[in-house]
Amino acid sequence: MFETTALNTRSRRIEGLVRILFLMMAVMLILPVLIILGMLIARGGPVLSWAFLTTPPTNGMTAGGILFPLVGTVWLVTVALIASVPVGVAAAIYLSEYAPDNWLTRVINLAIINLAGVPSIVHALFGVGAFVLFFRFGTSILAASLTLAVMTLPVVIVATRESLRSVPRAFREACWNMGATRWQTIRKVVLPNAISGILTGVILEVSRTAGETAPIMFTGAAFFLPFLPQGVLDQTMAMSMHLFVISTAVPGVPEELPYGVALVLISMVLVMNALSVGFRMYLRGKKKW
Amino acid sequence: MVADAKVKVAVRDLTIRYGEDVALSDVSFDIHEHEIFGIIGPAGSGKTSFLRALNRMDEFTTGMAVDGRIVLDGHDVSEWRNLYSLRRRIGVVFPLPVGLPLSVYENVALAPRLAGVRKKSELDEVVERCLRRAALWDEVKDRLDSLGSLLSGGQQQRLTIARALSQDPDLLLLDEFSIAVDPVTTMRIEDVLKELREEVTIVLVTNLVQQARRLADRTAFFLTGELVEVAETEELFTGTVRDQRTRDYVEGRFG
Ligand SMILES: Nc1ncnc2c1ncn2[C@@H]1O[C@H](COP(=O)(O)OP(=O)(O)OP(=O)(O)O)[C@@H](O)[C@H]1O
Ligand SMILES: [Mg+2]
Repeated sequence: MFETTALNTRSRRIEGLVRILFLMMAVMLILPVLIILGMLIARGGPVLSWAFLTTPPTNGMTAGGILFPLVGTVWLVTVALIASVPVGVAAAIYLSEYAPDNWLTRVINLAIINLAGVPSIVHALFGVGAFVLFFRFGTSILAASLTLAVMTLPVVIVATRESLRSVPRAFREACWNMGATRWQTIRKVVLPNAISGILTGVILEVSRTAGETAPIMFTGAAFFLPFLPQGVLDQTMAMSMHLFVISTAVPGVPEELPYGVALVLISMVLVMNALSVGFRMYLRGKKKW
Repeated sequence: MVADAKVKVAVRDLTIRYGEDVALSDVSFDIHEHEIFGIIGPAGSGKTSFLRALNRMDEFTTGMAVDGRIVLDGHDVSEWRNLYSLRRRIGVVFPLPVGLPLSVYENVALAPRLAGVRKKSELDEVVERCLRRAALWDEVKDRLDSLGSLLSGGQQQRLTIARALSQDPDLLLLDEFSIAVDPVTTMRIEDVLKELREEVTIVLVTNLVQQARRLADRTAFFLTGELVEVAETEELFTGTVRDQRTRDYVEGRFG
């Protein structure tokens, strides 16, 4: 009854083939990453130095370092975070803990999905209209960061909502049954157990924000500035913009320079992603139920 | 039993629906003060739904609609102004144990904290008293700081009972509390329940007919959303047969 039949052998052979096929696809995924990284390191690596990170661009951006764009990106990301995290987390808490299933909730959820699908250049135009012109922030860090914040809001909301959902409903019911209000339940039991997932989402957002060019191009990132921004109403240089500018618009840039800038930018993103992955692994190891 | 015992909960024409489905249909009965009131019945007969309605958990359950009246201490629960204070008076123990992902201590201290108790000594006293009552103190007294959600199933169930007691309830709802607990522990908890009868009114939903027989003063038999019979427990088991379905169920001849 259990001897191998022809059919049996055949399905086993197919199983093997399918497995190899899928494995190849998975391996192909890492190829582009490896090639990009390899090229960047090979060509941009020699440019990197402490001085590269700590001196501003000079000679019409054909020499010097990247201090100003680097600091500018930190500004942009920080202000964007300050704007988007409270709003995103609050919205997600409302949606997953309070919102009844009615048309308003459905419209909001639809809006979030669509917000995530809007191309970044459209966000840029929205940013110009809303923040630069309507709110009269001018082209400034504030306008650019708010544009970035709107663009990355869906990431924060979705990450927060997912981590809130990962806290079992039974915990909430137990609290409600004791006479706890929704907010008491969220504060004592839900948030402490969801905070790690939320942080992971935030870190992911940072890495996305740092690399964006289009949304900041018309709203606050400058082609070149000979000084650091002094406040949120100043314009600033930014890494992604700087890379774009020196690769396309400035004559006489040494060939290796853009690779160096790109390498720094991608390292920032990778470090953030690694942090986020490491964080998640650390938390997964620390089971709480 | 005293015939004119004080009524703790009066249920009148209670109907519970989930959307179109009727979970409980037009039931009326009384629960007396300081009694253990058993509710037995096969799966899906509406026992848990009744407890949820009593605790006004319909607020958190989409689609759940409650008609009719549940009167607790002379006040209709649907007209209760502060639902949180209502729920604080009612302790609930679920079929599946729920140790909150807080320390054992905080699990039991949570309800008093929500009620505004701040003094450490007072909290300490509540925690120890409730854990002792729930027959858990000896097992956890040296690790009050470890996570309640990582205790064994049976320990978590007793933790849930301790938590319900920490609310200082005057009504205790137990929903099949023993399905995750070993027989020895079950017996210990049953002894506790018998003692508690002096202080609180207990509603005991159980799938174990013999458990109802051991504990309950009076017992109701629910069947597919209908209240078939409510009577003194012994009457239900051995008295003159009033409804053959009840007798068939308690004697295990069903379906
Ligand atoms: N949240 C809900 N949404 C929809 N229907 C529900 C919900 N909860 C219960 N029901 C339905 O209501 C009926 C009664 O369920 P209930 O949980 O009260 O039964 P029960 O007597 O507690 O059963 P058990 O002994 O299995 O716990 C069932 O038919 C069930 O499918
Ligand atoms: Mg049930």
